[in-house]
Amino acid sequence: MNTRDCGHIISASSPAKGEAGKTGEWRTQRPVLNEAKCLAVRANKDICFQCWAFCPEGAIERKPGGPIDLTYCKGCGICAQICPADAIQMESEYDSPESTKSE
Amino acid sequence: MTVLNQQRVNNTHNHLSNPKTYPPGQHVVTGNQSAAIGAFLSGVQVVAAYPITPQSPVVEELAKFIEEGELPAEFVPVESEHSAMGVCIGASIAGARVFTATCANGLAYMCEQLHWASGSRLPIVMACVNRAMAAPWSVLNDQQDSMSQRDAGWIQLFCKDNQEIIDTVIQAYRIAEKVYLPVMVCYDGYILSHTVMPIEVPDGNKVKKFLPPYIPHTPIDISKPVNINPVTLADPRLNADGVLCHGYMEHKYLHHQSLRNSLKIIEEIDIEYKDIFGRSLGGLFSEYKTDDADVVIICAGSLSKMCTLVIDMLREQNVPIGLVSLRAYRPFPNQKLSVALKNKKLILTIDKSLSYGYQGPICIDIKSSLFESGISSTVISFVAGLGGRDIKPYEIAEKAYDYWNKFNKKELTNEIIYESQWINCKY
Repeated sequence: MNTRDCGHIISASSPAKGEAGKTGEWRTQRPVLNEAKCLAVRANKDICFQCWAFCPEGAIERKPGGPIDLTYCKGCGICAQICPADAIQMESEYDSPESTKSE
Repeated sequence: MTVLNQQRVNNTHNHLSNPKTYPPGQHVVTGNQSAAIGAFLSGVQVVAAYPITPQSPVVEELAKFIEEGELPAEFVPVESEHSAMGVCIGASIAGARVFTATCANGLAYMCEQLHWASGSRLPIVMACVNRAMAAPWSVLNDQQDSMSQRDAGWIQLFCKDNQEIIDTVIQAYRIAEKVYLPVMVCYDGYILSHTVMPIEVPDGNKVKKFLPPYIPHTPIDISKPVNINPVTLADPRLNADGVLCHGYMEHKYLHHQSLRNSLKIIEEIDIEYKDIFGRSLGGLFSEYKTDDADVVIICAGSLSKMCTLVIDMLREQNVPIGLVSLRAYRPFPNQKLSVALKNKKLILTIDKSLSYGYQGPICIDIKSSLFESGISSTVISFVAGLGGRDIKPYEIAEKAYDYWNKFNKKELTNEIIYESQWINCKY
C-alpha cells in the first residue's frame, strides 16, 4: 500500500459522504424511519429535513423519506433526537433481521 | 494561485518602497523593535498577539505600524495566547503571511496550538522572547520556554544579537514558506529584547525580491470546499473521491522529513541572504576559533556572543579553546556538528534551561550526536543564568580553565560527568 501519490502534505478531504471512511462499520444501532410520522412524507413536500441537516456523515438524502445510507450511517442517533415528529427510532443492530453483525 | 491570492499579492508590499519610521540604513533599536521591523519588511498581512513581558514592545511596535497606516495589515486583538495562535492558523490557511510573538507562560499556553500549526504545515513566524517559566514567578531571561516546546514540530532558530533578529525574521519567512513549517525566532529577553544596539535595516525592495509571495499548500477555494485536518485514522484509507490518503503516521513522517530537509534549506537561504544583503548568520551554527581547539564551548543565543570574549580571554592563557554557537536547535544539525566536533577532547555545553531530572537540552543532543558518529569526547553539562541570574564572562572562563586542567590531570569524576554543573548557583 502506497499513499505517496495522494498529493496532500496535510490531512484534508472533500466534504462528502464517506470522507471519514465506511463509518457504517461502527454502528451498534440503526435508525428506522416511520414514514407515517415523517412530516415531509406526510405532506409530500420538500420540508423539515432536520435529519438531513444534522446528520454528521451526510448519510441521509434530501428528499421526503430520503433513504439513510447504512454504508456510512454510524448509528449516532442524532437524526432520531432531532426529528420534531419523533419519526426515527434507533433499533439495536444485533436484533435486526437484516443485520450481518453478531454479538 | 487562486484569484483571491493574486489580488492580495498585488495589493501588498507597496509600503516597502518608502518606509517612514525605519528607512533602510543604520538604526539604534532594541531586539523587540528589530523583530517588529523584520515582520514589517517581510510584508506581514495579519498580526495576532497577546502582550506578555518582555515581548510586549514587539506587539506595540507592530500595532503602531498598522494603526498609523504604514503597514497594510490586519491587527487582531485577542484575549489569550491560545487564541493568538488560533488566529494565526486561520489566517495562514487562508493564504496570509502572519506574525506573532510570545514568551514563557504565553508560549506554554499556546502549546496545543503550536502542534496544530506545525501539523497543518503552516509557515507562521513567531518571535519567542526567551523568559523563565513560572513557578516561581519570573519575567527575566532563560531559555526554558522554547526548549520546553522543542518537540512541537517547529523550526527553532536562536539569535545572538539584534542584527540577527531582524535578519532571522526575514529569513524565517523564506524558510517557512519553502518547507511549509512554522518557525520560532528565539532571542533572549531583556539581554536582547530591551537592549539597544545599532542594526542595519535592509532595503524593503530587496526584501520583497528575496521573499516571493506566499503560496499556500492547500489553497482555499470557495467553489471547491475542503475539510482541513479531519479525523485521520491510523491506517491509510480511500477518501470520498476514491484516492488512497495518508494515515496519521504518513503525515507525521512527511512532517518530520520536511523538518530534516530544512537543515539544507536553512543553510542555502542563509547563503542567498549573504549574497543579497552582505550578512551571513552562520547557517545552522557558527564556529569561533575551533580549527585548532581541543576544548569547545557550545551554547545558543546571546550567551554565545558573550562567549567569544571568554574564548579570547582563555586563548591569552594558552588554552586551546573554541566556540560553537548553535543557531538551529530544531532541526538539530547532528551530522554537521559531529564533523565540527571531531577530534575535540573536551566539550563544555552551557544551557540556560534544564531537562529537569537529567541535564541541559543542548548537552543531551550534543551527546547523542557524538554517539552516532562514534566520537568519544568528554562532554560536561553546565547550567547557567536560570531566571535571569547574571552570567559573567570571567565565571565561564574560570570554569572552562578549571575543567580543562582537571581533564588533563584525569581528575574528572563521575559526579562531574554524569551530573550538571551549576554556574554561580549560591545554594
